[in-house]
Amino acid sequence: MSIEAKEEFRPKIVAFCCNWCSYAGADLAGSSRLSYPADVKIIRVPCSCRVNPMFILRAFEKGADGVIMCGCHPGDCHYTTGNYYARRRMTLLFSMLDFIGVENGRTRVEWVSAAEGVKFSQTMNEFVEKIYSLGKNVRLEDLRCRN
Amino acid sequence: MQELIARAKELLADGTVARVLGWKAGDLPYNPEAAYFETAESLDEFVYNGFCGQNLSKMMIEASKLEGKTLVCLKPCDTYSFNQLIKEHRVDREKAYIIGVGCKGKLDVEKIRKMGIKGIQGISGAELTDDCEELHISTIYGDKTVAYKDAMLERCHVCKGKEHMIYDEIIGESKDTKDADRFAEVERIEKMKPEERFAFFQKELSKCIRCNACRNACPACSCRKCVFDSTKFDSAQKANVDSFEEKMFHIIRAFHVAGRCTDCGECSRVCPQGIPLHLFNRKFIKDIDTFYGEYQAGADAESKGPLTSFTFDDVEPGVVAERG
Amino acid sequence: MYKIEKENLEALFRKIAESQDLILPIKKAGQTNFGLWNEEEEADLDTLKTVKSGKDAFFPQSETLYTVVRDGKKLTVEPEALRNRPFVVFGMKACDVKGVAVLDKVFLADPVDTFYAARREHGTIVAMACHEPEESCFCKVFGTDAADPAADADTKGIADVAVWMVEGSLYWKALTGKGETLTEAVKELLTPSDDGQAKVDAEKEAIRSIVEKLPYTHLSLEGWDGNATDEKFGSSVWETLYKPCLACGTCTFVCPTCQCYDIKDYDTGHGVKRYRCWDSCMYSDFTMMAHGNNRTSQMQRFRQRFMHKLVYFPANNGGMYSCVGCGRCVEKCPSSLNIVKVIKAFEKHGGEK
Repeated sequence: MSIEAKEEFRPKIVAFCCNWCSYAGADLAGSSRLSYPADVKIIRVPCSCRVNPMFILRAFEKGADGVIMCGCHPGDCHYTTGNYYARRRMTLLFSMLDFIGVENGRTRVEWVSAAEGVKFSQTMNEFVEKIYSLGKNVRLEDLRCRN
Repeated sequence: MQELIARAKELLADGTVARVLGWKAGDLPYNPEAAYFETAESLDEFVYNGFCGQNLSKMMIEASKLEGKTLVCLKPCDTYSFNQLIKEHRVDREKAYIIGVGCKGKLDVEKIRKMGIKGIQGISGAELTDDCEELHISTIYGDKTVAYKDAMLERCHVCKGKEHMIYDEIIGESKDTKDADRFAEVERIEKMKPEERFAFFQKELSKCIRCNACRNACPACSCRKCVFDSTKFDSAQKANVDSFEEKMFHIIRAFHVAGRCTDCGECSRVCPQGIPLHLFNRKFIKDIDTFYGEYQAGADAESKGPLTSFTFDDVEPGVVAERG
Repeated sequence: MYKIEKENLEALFRKIAESQDLILPIKKAGQTNFGLWNEEEEADLDTLKTVKSGKDAFFPQSETLYTVVRDGKKLTVEPEALRNRPFVVFGMKACDVKGVAVLDKVFLADPVDTFYAARREHGTIVAMACHEPEESCFCKVFGTDAADPAADADTKGIADVAVWMVEGSLYWKALTGKGETLTEAVKELLTPSDDGQAKVDAEKEAIRSIVEKLPYTHLSLEGWDGNATDEKFGSSVWETLYKPCLACGTCTFVCPTCQCYDIKDYDTGHGVKRYRCWDSCMYSDFTMMAHGNNRTSQMQRFRQRFMHKLVYFPANNGGMYSCVGCGRCVEKCPSSLNIVKVIKAFEKHGGEK
């Protein structure tokens, strides 16, 4: 995709990051001066398991073009098992979104530890790139939220 | 049905049960309604035929709060829901006397209407004692005969079987009605291109009138306060706009019952707009079966549901994208 | 009396749609509902009853009232424009037309609902006789004539054109000034018919004789009027009657006369859209106020619906019931409850208290 086209479309990306690993990972990315696009808006949650499927749909409704959820690596959850439950939930939810015809690249889960600043910035770069290629989300937005 | 009534009268008379939860004859040939019977005389109005499709297990939530035992008539598929409700501590097994009633497939009057039959005055062939092969329908516009099968609810074509999962006694014959694959339709949709899938659901869901019949009929939807009724934040949208609200409602509703839905088919049966809502539930069931092993909610009253358990080596959510 | 062949209806729709919006029964994913017609849509005039009534045309299920736009610290309120383009609702049945008469009593009474009034002013109703009434119909009980939408005193002046489908031809008769205007606009497609009146009269007779045979036609409304509040409200019949009710809103949403609505705000992220949407007295949050709810049990909510239709409404509107006997609730209630069963239950108990 050309640079000009990119300038026309600025995606809105919501990233749910767990407090204990991924948010700290994002911090590390920042303090290590690793860059990732400003299109990513981080929402800090206590645990990846806190992410209700409705959060994800709401994000799309209000105009997000992509939603990514980051949590501790399986086995490292601060609350021992939260991310295992989250993993099952998100698998099913993403499969359902795919089923009703939403492009499956718009949603993603990535496990990022507090030490993985590099992975965090890489993941975000990749994800933003993917959303650029998919373009604007028109299948799940609420038309009332348009200007 | 006579055997059922006689047994109910016996149990009422000897004080085993305080009331009977079954169906009362309607005023048209196809509209019996759920009803409580507390006396032997009132049981004269009791009916049980092909139009008694309603799943009574949800009504047992209220009946569990009443004094004394309730005799409840449950079809084989209803017993799955009852088991699930026991598991969730929503009904009291001690308060229920379950008569597993036979079932030869339940009928959908909408399907009869769709065949162009109108002005229905009488329907015969829908009693449990009939062989349930043909329905004879008399109408203002002439008499019609239709195959029982063609008027059956979708769920009966993919029947889970004629075994009752939980009961105190069984009355009446059941019949195998399964003649289709439960996941065939889901698979057909999965094979479509994303834009075709989107168009399909957009078309179906745009009919939704947000009446909440699917939710209120669903035995798994037993929350005292539904998130879609909460006035505290804007999930209680009653707006019917053709962009997102319906999708949100139906995805979330299906998600909230995922792993608990027994696939009883009440949602699709009650939908006034004929939306195939069971497709959402079956998609979740199919995914659960593939990702986490076969699981039938309500087959027992003890096992842990797939969304309240996990294994260390579950598939990653990325599997959805890889699958293409 | 004019006439148009059934196969030319498409041309008629196209002609009407050229200059205004055309709303008619459209079949979508197996169900027929009133909707905006265009070339791609499949018009379905053969289905007797659309799932939802035609009331959406005048009182849509959701509509924005105004939008608040935020620009920095400044808020501006932009009211929604009133309907100002003409439109045609084609194929409403006599019961639906009567439903509009009921809505008029509510929305056109002082204070006038401007959104509704604007739609009524710009809408032309083409009412269609019911060729083959069905077992769930009981419009005759409320004095509506399925054969002639203009025959009922309450609905005079509401239907602008009456049409009958007889043996593959549509007979067309303008009833009001608006109807004349529409007839004028599509005249090139209509042919004057000399034997039309005779054909239509025969059709009317045929329809009326079918209506006589319907199971609910002779339902008695004895005891149901504006003065029945005390007797009916306190009756013990409600206690058993409501039991199978699921508390869904199907009956209210398919009903041609249910007119309750809720007003809510939708947060668009950069402003607020205040909208109104149909509400149902079956819902637990219906008429929710700061102190809570008026009606706290499903029995009370269930009773409210039928008392409103058969007692409170006639009490305030010169005896006019707010049920029109379309029978949609009879067909669609997931628990097979309906207003007919309520009336019959009271009949059986002889109004026992």
